[in-house]
Amino acid sequence: MSATAEKLPLIYNEADWDFETLKRAYDAIEDIGLNDLGLDVYANQIEIISSEQMLDAYSSHGMPLMYKHWSFGKHFARDQMNYQKGYSGLAYEIVINSNPCIAYLMEENTMTMQALVMAHACFGHNHFFKNNYLFRQWTDADGILPYLDFSKKYIAKCEDEYGAEEVEAVLDAAHSLMDQGVFRYNRPPRLSDADRLARIAARIKHEETNFNDIWRTLPNSEEPEDEKEERQAEVRNIQLPEENLLYFIEKASPILRPWQREIVRIVRNIGQYFYPQKQTKVMNEGCATFVHHYIMNELYNRGQISEGAIMEFLHSHSSVVFQPEFDDPRYSGINPYALGFAMMEDIKRICEDPSGEDREWFPDIAGSNDWRNVLKDAWANYRDESFILQYLSPTVMRHFRMFAIGDDSEQSHVEIEAIHDDRGFRKVRQALSAMYDLGMHEPNIQVVGADLEGDRTLQLRHTVHNGRKLNEKTAAAVLTHIETLWGYEVTMDEEDA
Amino acid sequence: MNSFHFIDRRKNPKGKSLGNRQRFLKRAKAQIKEAVNKSLRERSMKEIDKGEKITIPSKSTAEPRFSHDRDKGAREAVHPGNKEFSAGDKIKKPPKGAGRGKGKEASDSGEGEDSFQFTLTQDEFLDIFFEDLELPNLVKRSLKEIKSYAYKRAGLTVAGSPTNMNLIRTMRNAHGRRLALKRPSTKEMNELKERLFELEKIASPSEEEIAEKKAILEKLEGMEKRRRFTPYIDPLDLRFNAYEPTPVETTAAVMFCLMDVSGSMGEREKDLAKRFYMLLYLFLKRRYERVEVVFIRHTHHAEEVDEETFFYSRQSGGTVVSTALEKMLEVQRDRFPAHEWNIYVAQASDGFTQSGDAKRCVEMLGEEVMPISQYYAYIEILDERELEVFSDADSGAELWRAYRSFAPQWPNFAQTRIARPQDIFPVFRELFARDKKEAA
Repeated sequence: MSATAEKLPLIYNEADWDFETLKRAYDAIEDIGLNDLGLDVYANQIEIISSEQMLDAYSSHGMPLMYKHWSFGKHFARDQMNYQKGYSGLAYEIVINSNPCIAYLMEENTMTMQALVMAHACFGHNHFFKNNYLFRQWTDADGILPYLDFSKKYIAKCEDEYGAEEVEAVLDAAHSLMDQGVFRYNRPPRLSDADRLARIAARIKHEETNFNDIWRTLPNSEEPEDEKEERQAEVRNIQLPEENLLYFIEKASPILRPWQREIVRIVRNIGQYFYPQKQTKVMNEGCATFVHHYIMNELYNRGQISEGAIMEFLHSHSSVVFQPEFDDPRYSGINPYALGFAMMEDIKRICEDPSGEDREWFPDIAGSNDWRNVLKDAWANYRDESFILQYLSPTVMRHFRMFAIGDDSEQSHVEIEAIHDDRGFRKVRQALSAMYDLGMHEPNIQVVGADLEGDRTLQLRHTVHNGRKLNEKTAAAVLTHIETLWGYEVTMDEEDA
Repeated sequence: MNSFHFIDRRKNPKGKSLGNRQRFLKRAKAQIKEAVNKSLRERSMKEIDKGEKITIPSKSTAEPRFSHDRDKGAREAVHPGNKEFSAGDKIKKPPKGAGRGKGKEASDSGEGEDSFQFTLTQDEFLDIFFEDLELPNLVKRSLKEIKSYAYKRAGLTVAGSPTNMNLIRTMRNAHGRRLALKRPSTKEMNELKERLFELEKIASPSEEEIAEKKAILEKLEGMEKRRRFTPYIDPLDLRFNAYEPTPVETTAAVMFCLMDVSGSMGEREKDLAKRFYMLLYLFLKRRYERVEVVFIRHTHHAEEVDEETFFYSRQSGGTVVSTALEKMLEVQRDRFPAHEWNIYVAQASDGFTQSGDAKRCVEMLGEEVMPISQYYAYIEILDERELEVFSDADSGAELWRAYRSFAPQWPNFAQTRIARPQDIFPVFRELFARDKKEAA
């Protein structure tokens, strides 16, 4: 190698890891992450777990503290089977958007993999969680772990108190509305603060000590008057149409008892917590992949990891960013790791070594050489949809050989609308960006009316875009769930936008 | 510098998702049960207590969400890997139902999956298997202990039959005695005899030689005398291996499955019989180290067959039950001597046999089968309608009535009727109750 810098000693030279080595590797990675890339991260908490524990964590949204529900058992059974049969590998890591940022490393990983995962999760994802505007605005990293802990205990308590079936019915129904349980446009209220949680706990206690079976038959009898008024005031404040179905039901359902409202609220809060992740798959994974790629290569340049280690790293890195083509049997959509990483690498290239085309497309950043800040700005202020619309370059489109197709159910054929050529770049970019717009994907369903004084019918409306109607079967099933929560008739109509 | 720390969680308790799994199994109970029942029909009896891969329809465990109907409306998509397309190309859609896209594309949760596959553990499988039958801790129930006697070595004795003589101990005793009593050895005497022979060959012996010859002769005579007193082997030396009869639990069982396979036994009847046999097998397997199963099917003649043939092939012909008993006795005499094997017989039939044959069956049972069997269970498989007609235990087809009159003499004979799968376990339990009185 060149004589540029004096080489540092190797951090490790064997595949096996121990805590000493992990620590040294972490320090070296941190040095590059903070001082070279200038990342801004939450404190890291790294937990070593076995593959079985990884499967456990997998099946409940990757969260260490999750309440019990059969659907997690179902996912676990499926993941376990796939893993044992070798159909699918396990993720090398799980990372949680919390403060401190918790990352799980699998004990089976080699030392190189542990280093990769630390760079990926503890710096890449961590930086993204801490800085991206969606996460900053919509999630509460400080509050999530205590909140999960609270919800797990609360639901267990409810199971004891009211029976597992009762609780399951509410959870099933609420889960079916998780996608419709988020605030998309206005900022959601903070997660329950400690005061509120303490108040709820106190109420359960109170109910326990003053238990009287007679009252159980009277709906809402346990709800204290002041809370009921507070809630009804909130209901009056809701301006129809309301997009957050779970919120509306939680507040306005005529039949839910306080503990049921609390469970609906828990599901809604967890859905809200995950909402930013759904909108930033490409960016989040791209950011983490870009960071680990940079850090691992830098470690190698500094002489801190061996040639063997960098080869092992490149092997797993390239399988992570592998993008099968559309006619490949392995194809299952665009790989967010591949797209995110390619775009971010390309931004770096545009900053450092732009072509004429790049100068035309990206006059602000081309040749600026300040790729670190350009990327940090992108990571902080965009989500997938806007990031693609802003930064997807002709180079990347050509590289992926992207093409956009239009599929209208009225037609007997699909049409290639644009391909990776001068005429098509903007169209392809716009179409790809739209694919990441959740608003286009998830049915737009709103509460348009609830006759709270009369027969209490709840009216929902699906606003239809481009003739994309609801799947009738699942819609009917979900409506049944909504009726469980609402207690009275629920109607749904579809209206063209 | 950010602070950070490592936590080793590997020692944390495992199985955190067990609660979720139990909830899931409970949720999908009906479907799982159905799948278990289906797999019962498919798996062989000896595999019954293994875990099982189960596929259930996802209906009851679906997690519905609002979603768009993928067959309606217009949409755009971007894909990678363009090879020959250019803008404006039109591509005919594949016909409906001809596998759109690539398999599970975009089936996040819910609608895409038609069925759901996972593996039940052995315990879960048995739980579900027995659940229909309200398992009352089957395994804890025990049969009457079955004892037979085996001769076990019990040291040495001084008397016994020559075949049991312990040669080593006998010869060792003899050797010791010969040493103690200073019995002259043959070698010693032979040496003297040789010397004597040499001396006698001398034509004109000297005085000394004559004296020596005399001394040797005397010595030899003394030795002969001594040898007569102390024989090489004395009756006192004899030792025999001693055997004592000790009661042992015989740990092998053979289970004879007899079944009528004539035309009147349909799929349903065989399925019921199979379930009964499976229960019995499972039960025996918990009790015995080794369980052999013999399948004998019969029409008007009987033959031993493998399991596959037993349950799935059909034969036409009349019905002569006694042929199966004959066959069973033949196999038993051949391969399963009664003092080594616990013999269980389970007979399934729809109750019809050639007239007059029932009498012969009862005779054979009484004289030959029952004395060697631990247990004999006769299951008559009926239609549900018939079950009502025959609600009275005394009425029934010929075989039933014949057995009915025979049963009281043999406490280890049981007969019962089954019409529905859920009857099997109660009946089984009744048959195998530890004590008849307890079950009654």
